Amino acid sequence: MTEIQDLVEGIGQGEKRAVARGLTWIERDSEKGKQLVRALFPMAGKAHIVGITGAPGVGKSTLVNRLTLALRNHGYRVGILAVDPSSPFTGGAILGDRIRMQESVMDQGVFMRSLASRGHLGGLSRATFGAVTLLDAAGFDYILIETVGAGQSEVEIMQLAHSTMVVLAPGLGDDIQAIKAGILEIGQIFVVNKADRDGADHTARAIRGMLTLGMQHLEWFPPIIKTVAENGEGMDDLIAAIAKHREFLQESGRLDSIREGQTRHLIELALQDWSLRAMRLAEQDETFWTALREAVAHGQADAADAARKIVESAQRGGATVGS
Amino acid sequence: MIRVLVAKPGLDGHDRGAKVIARALRDAGMEVVYTGLHQTPEQIVDAALQEDVDVLALSILSGAHPTLVPRIMDLVRENKMDNMLVLLGGIIPDDDVDSMIAAGISRVFGPGTDTQDIVDYIRERVADDD
Repeated sequence: MTEIQDLVEGIGQGEKRAVARGLTWIERDSEKGKQLVRALFPMAGKAHIVGITGAPGVGKSTLVNRLTLALRNHGYRVGILAVDPSSPFTGGAILGDRIRMQESVMDQGVFMRSLASRGHLGGLSRATFGAVTLLDAAGFDYILIETVGAGQSEVEIMQLAHSTMVVLAPGLGDDIQAIKAGILEIGQIFVVNKADRDGADHTARAIRGMLTLGMQHLEWFPPIIKTVAENGEGMDDLIAAIAKHREFLQESGRLDSIREGQTRHLIELALQDWSLRAMRLAEQDETFWTALREAVAHGQADAADAARKIVESAQRGGATVGS
Repeated sequence: MIRVLVAKPGLDGHDRGAKVIARALRDAGMEVVYTGLHQTPEQIVDAALQEDVDVLALSILSGAHPTLVPRIMDLVRENKMDNMLVLLGGIIPDDDVDSMIAAGISRVFGPGTDTQDIVDYIRERVADDD
């Protein structure tokens, strides 16, 4: 049996070591990692994928901890991926989400992995898509993905999750304003966490007001759930909201279109990778690159012409660029 | 990418040293998982397994290293994580260093260690394979 078949088998049986090693392969984005994802893809598709996003400090990790405990009480197996930012200067990262997940992650029915964003924008890491496929193939019923602390543009999670949860907390000042253009639009479930604090009702009303403004036409009106993740309050309501959203997706036939969207996004990411490699390859060919750059600088060609030449050149050298 | 778990086993509540190390390793371009205070050996090894780290860096100031470290190393071997480098820092009396090495610790770093020495030590021993 090959190394990959071994790993696929271990992952299919939900073995922790196999899952952990497979995730490392995927994070390295090596050829082995790509083969692994391809092998696992047909085994995936059963898990319900839940995205948890929101500004830093609203309690996402604590909420994931509590939600995991509550899902375990219902007998579900839970996979967790938590993304933290990498330093743009050194590439290093401090991954601290486990600190608030201590109670839930020791459970044998739970697997948690911290991912660094590794320069990927959008609130996730490049490996998150493959990592979800792996956890799905490993038989986890729910996969919870915690994004980096998000602002307005970290909306990639909607490409990946079945149910995207936007978490807010009262007393963050103008938080509704801050998110209304970006992540407010992607929330299928809203969570007002730290609901024991002053202003929780105000925050919930503000979200409702925002939603009723532009979303009357929607078939799914996002519920607003109040929670206190610190002590577990509201988790049953939250689980019920997720279950209801899943039912909605099934009945409206949207689960299929989400999978199509995921596939499309994966192809798009691969295309971006490919074009970046083509660019790097062009830069390595000094004569070619200098001629291109000079031509654009002196107005003999525009940037689009140069890009087309780079793609053409990459196609001729296809084997090296495509690998 | 080199991945490190910085862990605080046992009951002492001081993690300034652990945080300084975590920060230094991050600044050296490593990915550092930090799990917080009061971790049991089981929690630490389980976290290291799930995170598939190259290095486990333990910080113990309580004096409980003679019981905690052998227990952690037993679990490391039980889980066949023999490729993982295990480092120990904190307050470890000189007389105990040999027994820690015998238990499977790769190197003990005492108070006053230059963080660059730890970075160099890790880089020399862990292949940064991507």
